[in-house]
Amino acid sequence: MSINKDSNIFTFSFAIIMVLVVAISLAFVSESLSDMKKANKEDKKKINILSAIKVECDRENASELYEKYIKSSVVINSLGQTIENDNTDAFYIDVKKQYRNTTLSKEDKVFPLFIAEKDNSKYYITPLVGSGLWGPIWGFIAFQEDCNTIFGASFDHKTETPGLGAEIREAFFEDEFIGKKILDNNSSFISVDVVKGGANEGSYHQVDGITGGTITSDGVTNMLKNDLEIYNNYFKTIR
Amino acid sequence: MKSTLLSKKNRKLLSDPLGDQNPITIQVLGICSALAITVQLQQALVMSMSVVFVMVCANMIISALRNVIPSRIRIIVQLVVVSSLVVFVDQVLQAFLPDVQEKLSVFIGLIVSNCIIMGRLEAFALGNTLWPSFLDAIGNAIGYGWILLAVAFFRELFGSGKLFGYQVFPDGWYEAGGGFYLNNNLMILPPMALIVVGLIIWVQRSRKSFPEDLLEEN
Repeated sequence: MSINKDSNIFTFSFAIIMVLVVAISLAFVSESLSDMKKANKEDKKKINILSAIKVECDRENASELYEKYIKSSVVINSLGQTIENDNTDAFYIDVKKQYRNTTLSKEDKVFPLFIAEKDNSKYYITPLVGSGLWGPIWGFIAFQEDCNTIFGASFDHKTETPGLGAEIREAFFEDEFIGKKILDNNSSFISVDVVKGGANEGSYHQVDGITGGTITSDGVTNMLKNDLEIYNNYFKTIR
Repeated sequence: MKSTLLSKKNRKLLSDPLGDQNPITIQVLGICSALAITVQLQQALVMSMSVVFVMVCANMIISALRNVIPSRIRIIVQLVVVSSLVVFVDQVLQAFLPDVQEKLSVFIGLIVSNCIIMGRLEAFALGNTLWPSFLDAIGNAIGYGWILLAVAFFRELFGSGKLFGYQVFPDGWYEAGGGFYLNNNLMILPPMALIVVGLIIWVQRSRKSFPEDLLEEN
């Protein structure tokens, strides 16, 4: 029996079989690589956290150094109260996913905070997430023990313009934040602004913006304002 | 009918796309990705290798199925084959080269829309046996890849002063080190990719005759 290749039945059967074969094989590939992908993501997060306290590491030694420096972590709510929850490890809280979830109200969100010890000093590392020009931007800011002075910052992004907004993850930009303060002289929260056209000399609350990357720079400003305000509520209780 | 594996005709399948029939400089296809991922050599290399893989597999799969694929849905079949191969590449990169995958981000996914691939499937693989299809795919993918690498070479060298991420120009050349040199930021921006491709086309055309003239001779 010869098959009529132009018949509807043949066309439909071909399409169905093709889709099944493709779907099953891709699902298999994705599933069999999922452990590696997950490990890669976790390593990357550890690298970012550690770079906020100026510990250089690569994917090879990220886990080892993370164990060494990050001593504990707490989870707080939007009012800055500690949430007693032994089940959730702060490290596995996906702040980006929370940020994208528009149905989640601010009160329901949880905010992880990492406490690190390096050279006998204590540092508080806050994860941040916000929006750049094309997509999400995120970062980690490490505070000195006074919970006011920035010890280090690390930023990253997904799709900012190379050479312009993408520069936020370069050291020259991150290093500008070192020594800046989030509280004004009266100890009220003021955050740190990324300023187009250059920061005022000697200002504790401004850093230079990135030329040609204004919207990404503003994204960083907003991210710092929104997220640090919440962490500041917690810092008030321990200062 | 049987031709030897590397007969003159088959050799031409492989060599033509590298020069005289280059998909980027002569046919001006696949320009979009040539703009997007040629800021650094490493990205261009991974992108080229991904395209070689997708192209070779897709061409051979379509060639092998060419007598079975219902002609009414052949474009959809080609798309499905290409996109599943692209998803496969993306997954493998995510697992084994996460840093490069992060930089290439959406552009790996956009291999699906690379006109060179769909063009070769439609124009060649649907009408030819496995071995010529394989050669055609290799030729076209490498023809695409070497242009990408050439563009990336100039853009990374003059845009960032680096090659494969390693600094080429000494610190002393730069203003910060008391020198005279500045990286050319224009090289990092997409328009410069077009200009570099244009320069390559210019060189190619001035050395050989215009492809339009070749068509008339044939």
